[in-house]
Amino acid sequence: MKNARVALIVVLSMIFAAQAFAAPDESAVEKGQKVYQKWCFPCHGTGSGKPATDLLAARDKGSRPAALEERTDLSAPLIKMFVRHGVMFMPTFRKTEISDADLDALSAYLTRNNKR
Amino acid sequence: MRIPPGVSSKDFSSALQEFEAAVGKPWVFTSDEDLDLYRDSYSPVWNEDEEPIPSAAVAPDGVEQVQAIVRTANKYKIPLWTISTGKNLGYGGSAPRLRGSVVLDLKRMNRVLEINEKNHYALLEPGVSYFDLYQYIHERQLNVWIDPPDPGWGSPVGNSLERGGGYTPMHDHFDAVCGLEVVLPSGEVMRTGMGALPGAKTWQQYKYGFGPHVTPIFSQSSLGIVTKMGIWLLPPPEAYLSGTVMVWKHHDLIPLVEIFAELQDSGIIRGTTSFASPFWLGPPNPELDSLRASGSVKPLEDYAERKKIPYWSLPLPFYGPAKVVAAQWEYAKEKFSSIPGVTFQDGPSHRFPLGAEELAKIPDTVPLGIPSLHIFSLLPPGSQGHIGFSPILPMSGEALLEAMTVFDRVHSELGAGRAALVVLTSFPRALVIIDLFPVERNVERNRKTREIYRRLIKEAAAHGWGEYRTHTTFMGDISNTYSFNNHVLRRFHETIKDAVDPNGILSPGKCGIWPKHLREEKA
Repeated sequence: MKNARVALIVVLSMIFAAQAFAAPDESAVEKGQKVYQKWCFPCHGTGSGKPATDLLAARDKGSRPAALEERTDLSAPLIKMFVRHGVMFMPTFRKTEISDADLDALSAYLTRNNKR
Repeated sequence: MRIPPGVSSKDFSSALQEFEAAVGKPWVFTSDEDLDLYRDSYSPVWNEDEEPIPSAAVAPDGVEQVQAIVRTANKYKIPLWTISTGKNLGYGGSAPRLRGSVVLDLKRMNRVLEINEKNHYALLEPGVSYFDLYQYIHERQLNVWIDPPDPGWGSPVGNSLERGGGYTPMHDHFDAVCGLEVVLPSGEVMRTGMGALPGAKTWQQYKYGFGPHVTPIFSQSSLGIVTKMGIWLLPPPEAYLSGTVMVWKHHDLIPLVEIFAELQDSGIIRGTTSFASPFWLGPPNPELDSLRASGSVKPLEDYAERKKIPYWSLPLPFYGPAKVVAAQWEYAKEKFSSIPGVTFQDGPSHRFPLGAEELAKIPDTVPLGIPSLHIFSLLPPGSQGHIGFSPILPMSGEALLEAMTVFDRVHSELGAGRAALVVLTSFPRALVIIDLFPVERNVERNRKTREIYRRLIKEAAAHGWGEYRTHTTFMGDISNTYSFNNHVLRRFHETIKDAVDPNGILSPGKCGIWPKHLREEKA
């Protein structure tokens, strides 16, 4: 079951990373940065004591940035899948925490540097 | 459509319409996709028939909306399960105890209503997280510290009411509660302590008010919905100093705990710490565990001496004026020096406020009053979540040694290797030992975990050790162990429950207390 989930995540990651997206909406990016700071930074941010960043750094061994906001290969569907379904010890986030609109903004922020 | 047990689909539809009228349609969730977000991400019964998936969730934005929801729930006998931030992971997350309950999600009630810098307290709504509260204080540069637990995404209201613990001198979170506003099962709003006096100026400054003190009956409780809570904060200390005491023989644990207890009960050590040993505590280690196979402690002591690894170590936290904490550490060293061979290690220490550069280098900021998620760094690789069996032990080395032996024996007898134990001093006068279990999206492994957990509950109770808090899955099991005089305590709780909540709408099954109409079925 666990292996199946990991495989699904890897496949989706490959599919979505290859997609092209429209230019990001600046106000959405700005809002998304606030969502990121509030909800994602404590685990995925830079600096000491960020468990998800440490975990991704150990997994990827420098092949890509460990902090999510430095990545250029994330996609909106992938971000939504993680936020709404969780992964490993990351739990799901409810709509009273991160609304659908917040999630769209977060996706805009985390995909702002993707190659288009 | 999922429907609460014992409720007709017609009544449930009517209730949902009334919920929507109370809070607005976007804040009533009924689709499977939305309700999946209310499943317990760390559930030990994931995807099993007993997994408590809710029938709906409703998210009010104020006390009047909570009252309206409660009145509707009474009208149609809808079971409500209240959550604050819903991040009580390891204890049930945002999922109910009773499958089909409607989750009352208070996350939108997230206002910091007051911070008093001179008398050091806050008045909060339940949806405020420790991160939110810290941010609010930090942005305004207010002169108070909070005491976050591990991790910081939880609610001060929820965590305190569940009797969680932190690390600073305010670490006993329920002890810091001062005054509640509660929506009763009738829909009436009540304030406890001084809050019962209209216009009181001391709601957050004096806990007890007049007459019987009822604030505690809303802790780990299903008797009301707390919509505001006062909590005492800490004046920022000038300094933090930590020093570690290291001892080298197995039975040194006994004087180590005894001296610690004296220092703690004297108010010299005011923060939470943990006892550590690579041989007995923390994650299993095949090399060290094999040394224990002989059943003698001598090979372990020899290994400790040869490798210069302390058999037991105890980091001590000191908070206060720099001169005072230095003197307290010196005094502690004097006291522990009565243990032959004891050694000490200084540090780390900090002066406050911390600079940004210094702060960025500190991995675990929680003991410094700054919430974080650092605790997840300590989980084993690939972890999908955890639960803990956490009974309260006497504050004695003898009890600790006995408990470690019992826990290990249970794990071993059930083919689960050695227990992964943590020992904390979160509460005054007692120890809490935590046996950590991974939870997985694997039915068979979770069944095994539950088997071990339930055996531990029985073994611990047979030794006089009971859990202080537990995952919803085990609430009935734990309640069964608090059985003095033919379960008179639970019968007393049930008497109050029946009187205060006659329709049994609030959090059915919370801590093993079921409303009358479900009592026989769930016993």
